[in-house]
Amino acid sequence: MTQAFPADSIGLVAPQTYSFTEPFTLACGRTLEQFDLVVETYGELNADKSNAVLICHALSGDHHAAGYHSSEDRKPGWWNGYIGPGKPIDTDKFFVVSLNNLGGCSGSTGPGSVNPETGKVWGADFPKLRVRDWVHSQARLADRLGISQWAAVVGGSLGGMQAMRWALEYPSRLRHCVVIASAMKLSAQNIAFNETARQAIMADPEFHGGDYFNHHTYPKSGLAVARMIGHITYLSDHVMGEKFGRELRSGSFTQGLDEAVEFQVESYLRYQGDTFSDRFDANTYMLMTRALDYFDLAREYNDDPATAFRRAQCDFYVASFTTDWRFPVERSREIVDALIAAQKNVSYTEIESPYGHDAFLLPNEHYRAAFGRYMAGIITE
Amino acid sequence: MRFDFNQLLTWIAPQSRVLDLACGDGSLLKLLREQKQVHGYGLEIDPKQIETCISRGVNVLNQNLDRGLENFETDSFDTVLMTQALQTMRYPHIVLDEMLRVGKECIITFPNFGHWKARYHLAIRGRMPVSDLLPYEWYDTPNIHFCTFTDFEVLCRQKNITVLHRQVVNEQSVQWLGDLAPNLFGETAIYHLSK
Repeated sequence: MTQAFPADSIGLVAPQTYSFTEPFTLACGRTLEQFDLVVETYGELNADKSNAVLICHALSGDHHAAGYHSSEDRKPGWWNGYIGPGKPIDTDKFFVVSLNNLGGCSGSTGPGSVNPETGKVWGADFPKLRVRDWVHSQARLADRLGISQWAAVVGGSLGGMQAMRWALEYPSRLRHCVVIASAMKLSAQNIAFNETARQAIMADPEFHGGDYFNHHTYPKSGLAVARMIGHITYLSDHVMGEKFGRELRSGSFTQGLDEAVEFQVESYLRYQGDTFSDRFDANTYMLMTRALDYFDLAREYNDDPATAFRRAQCDFYVASFTTDWRFPVERSREIVDALIAAQKNVSYTEIESPYGHDAFLLPNEHYRAAFGRYMAGIITE
Repeated sequence: MRFDFNQLLTWIAPQSRVLDLACGDGSLLKLLREQKQVHGYGLEIDPKQIETCISRGVNVLNQNLDRGLENFETDSFDTVLMTQALQTMRYPHIVLDEMLRVGKECIITFPNFGHWKARYHLAIRGRMPVSDLLPYEWYDTPNIHFCTFTDFEVLCRQKNITVLHRQVVNEQSVQWLGDLAPNLFGETAIYHLSK
């Protein structure tokens, strides 16, 4: 059968699993004796191994960032709009590495894996992870791939937090840090959204304190509600209004008729929740949202982000989106201000977009141009 | 090279920290980096200009100057620059205060509205000046706060600002006339200021 992928797509891609058997001590003090990471790579590593770019995924992302797994795939990877031939992260120029983070549910070791010590599924007993644990595991992956220094570490949202942590933990191992729609720490409101989502999962009787695998149940409805809450916060009021308004999917308000009414937005959100809970794992969702909440870039630097960033040796590109209220422009401005105080090279773009937090995944001319030009500058330096 | 850049280059110390307000396409910052090894940032709001700055490899920050410079610490830059943009500011006097707070020194260049061509337009023709230097109609112009050299001098005096250097540069008119009667024959002023 002939493949008909779009010309600007990387085309068919396949994930690979890397096993790490050296003990890995986590920020919480517990140790994983071994772990697997599922990884996709796009493009070719050059002779001096200087063109590697690490993609750090956000809350619900995975290793499949670009291209297609089969010709039947309806959708490409989650960041296909920005990774591919001629795209900002140009696979003709860069060797792109994208992984499913530790604790994930797309093949890397996580709560759904078997704990080799007990022979049982980890479930809720899987160690709590922090962003730095991901960074350290990604550094092991870099070692395995023979990459001593990334041309860039790139991430949006929770991925941006990993990129910043990279700059502090391994200053000499990256030349550029790209931080998109992110923050140095979450606000109380942000933590509140995450906690509400977690409570929705925990309130599902099928959750069993995270031990649902051994109970042969699955907290599907709880995870769906959690996703619905998240999804609302990733969109803007404007976009929801444009997309759904008060359109009805069924029923009517005709006087004298007692019909069940369903708004389009209700049906849409339920669909989002349903499809997400089919593919994602509830314990991973708990773990990822907690890692988001715990992240505080400057906690160990006297709560001074400028002091933190003084450790960094790389250059930075920061981008935010005007209608993003989950990671608002103010959070990105704080990052930029701290970088300036630390006398780091940084460029910052505030991109007009109606699409809220989701904008970092969506097509946008200025975003594509600015991001693309920054990345192009990395190639020619 | 833009004609006002030549002069201000001589007032910037090598390896100093520079903030360029309304930096445009970043050509001045690039020049300063190449010739003076400065560590600089530019502020700009036009998306196309920002993209050009990024292509040039200069640090550009998407920031509206009407928002002020409150995110920059006092005396955190050796020189704060603003070329040919003072007249586009919503509150030029506040921007000037902020420049002098953030920078140890400031360099400002602006077009002279007291130039004889402008006076001619207003006095003889009774029209707001439109020229090759200021090519906008009054109703559709980014230039909302014009001043003459004398106006700017008065403002500096009122604010007790020290004028370290002042220079008139002419691109089209005769330079010696500009030196003789700057407020009448000078096209562009370059001021080097400190607190």
